Amino acid sequence: MAIHVRNQTTGESMPAALISVGAGRKQRTRLEETWRRFRKNKWAMAGMVLLLFLAVVAIGADFVAPEGLDDQQLGRRFLPPSAEALLGTDHLGRDILSRIIHGSRLSLSIGFITTSIGLLIGGGLGAVAGYYGGSRDQAIMRIMDVILAIPGFIFAVALVTALGPNLTNLMIAVGVNSIPYFARIIRSSVMSVKENEYIEAARALGCSHTWIILRHVIPNSFAPILVQATLRIGDTIIIAAGLSFLGLGAQPPLPEWGAMLSGGRQYLRDAWWMATFPGIAIMFTVLAFNLVGDGLRDALDPRLKN
Amino acid sequence: MLRYIFKRLVSLIPVLLGATFIVFAIMFFTPGDPATLMLPQDATAEDIAIMREVLGLNQPFLIQYRDFLLRLVQGDLGNSFRTGQSVIGLIMSRLPATMQLASASLVIAVMIGLIAGIIAAVRQYTVWDGGAMFTALLGVSMPNFWLGLMLILFFSVFWAASFGYTLLPASGYGTLRHMIMPAIVLGTAHAAFITRITRSSMLEVLRQDYIRMARAKGLSPFQVVVVHALRNALMPVVTIVGLRFGVLLGGSVVTERIFAWPGIGRLLIDAVRAQDYNVVQGIILTYAIIFSLVTLAVDLLYAFIDPRVKTRYR
Repeated sequence: MAIHVRNQTTGESMPAALISVGAGRKQRTRLEETWRRFRKNKWAMAGMVLLLFLAVVAIGADFVAPEGLDDQQLGRRFLPPSAEALLGTDHLGRDILSRIIHGSRLSLSIGFITTSIGLLIGGGLGAVAGYYGGSRDQAIMRIMDVILAIPGFIFAVALVTALGPNLTNLMIAVGVNSIPYFARIIRSSVMSVKENEYIEAARALGCSHTWIILRHVIPNSFAPILVQATLRIGDTIIIAAGLSFLGLGAQPPLPEWGAMLSGGRQYLRDAWWMATFPGIAIMFTVLAFNLVGDGLRDALDPRLKN
Repeated sequence: MLRYIFKRLVSLIPVLLGATFIVFAIMFFTPGDPATLMLPQDATAEDIAIMREVLGLNQPFLIQYRDFLLRLVQGDLGNSFRTGQSVIGLIMSRLPATMQLASASLVIAVMIGLIAGIIAAVRQYTVWDGGAMFTALLGVSMPNFWLGLMLILFFSVFWAASFGYTLLPASGYGTLRHMIMPAIVLGTAHAAFITRITRSSMLEVLRQDYIRMARAKGLSPFQVVVVHALRNALMPVVTIVGLRFGVLLGGSVVTERIFAWPGIGRLLIDAVRAQDYNVVQGIILTYAIIFSLVTLAVDLLYAFIDPRVKTRYR
């Protein structure tokens, strides 16, 4: 069924396809071009392969992990890395590799959910501020300035303190923390896009503001948003792990990587593997997002390369 | 210049006022009754009611916020629920340690970041460039608390096991040796960011005509790179240092925790665990004030690096 757009002045409706003639075809070509450039970047591809691997491991954790996330065997506590337990065991005899595999689900979910919270709320606010300008822009951006005046991690600590330390509240705190970040990026992106002639044309055709923002402004601001969102996922994973490390996030026995590191800290002298491997897992995950984010940035706008 | 500084200082007031409102609101709605926390465990309901009245906790939110602001401008952030000590006094006794750590890590980050970034740009597409960029990428991807534990493992645990003494102390405060590991841990991610931004900024500047001109007139490579290129490439670097100072302050909380560094970051987490919300509130505001002042300092530095900035405020 064809989508119709109502002309606000005359009340007549017209097929949406007429408004962006050939947009789909042009976008496909641009997508192909972007993918071609992305594919040529070996670091970005390495990041992509790593991300896919992590995603497969996270989705199939129940099948991939040798043991459950909280299978305690007190008879084999503090086992160093060996054939029996590839990455060793912890103070309760749990297999660290299995816990890291199960934890990948948590860390990736935290990254995606918190970034989505920031992107949806911050993006919406940024789009409104950038598109309408004036007093709405002033009001929204001054509130964002105020939130940004408090260092992000400290703000997240304050929110978790108020909400109570658990996984859900951790995600809310880190997500809220990302709102001003996305609001700023999307505002500036929208401000530059809205000056284009096709926006003026859509306005002249009588499209509503909401339609213009959703159909024209946001899709055309998509490139920088995608890049920043990818890079932000890595940041949020580190922030969330940091909060869990301080005991303000995921609580035992959840195998969140930051919480595992925190547990391993107490046994650093006797069981170095407990703190070492969860940290490596965090580093490689964040590295993968950074590689893909950098690669996307270069592929979407080759002028930014270097 | 004075006019510019004054205008920037004035613009700071509404932001900080907003920050006080947000922090007060978060702490206001935090579960837990301050009156109950301040009194001994065997306090009666009547004692608690009297304490609530004395503390003004029965007043509406906005009245309490107004009273909080009035006390704040007089330098009074209340007392710790747990120890009864003045919050300002507690913060002031711990702040020097945090500032020492933040400054040391910033110096390390700027030094390493600038040198690595310049080398990467000047030797673009060589092993130096690739090595610097890959190390920087690892640096931004590495959680600083993990790096801290790994350094302790190597310099304190393994070293002591192999040579019979610890190369660097795993915790404590007071000497330069105590500061080395925490400063490296806190500065690594920033050094990595500064490396990346210095490289890209330098690459852009090095392609300019005036750099070609400087080379053509026979200046030494050092003069071309450091005197002519670096100064013009510094703006984005200064921006990133300023913007990321907030991240550095946030990172100091975890770093202080790992190395038992007696700063306000460690005090913050101790206060959160003890539900000492007056202290939590005071420390968060302190962080906001420091960060805002650093942002202001960065803006002023812009005016110094690029005199065109000042003219906008005339």
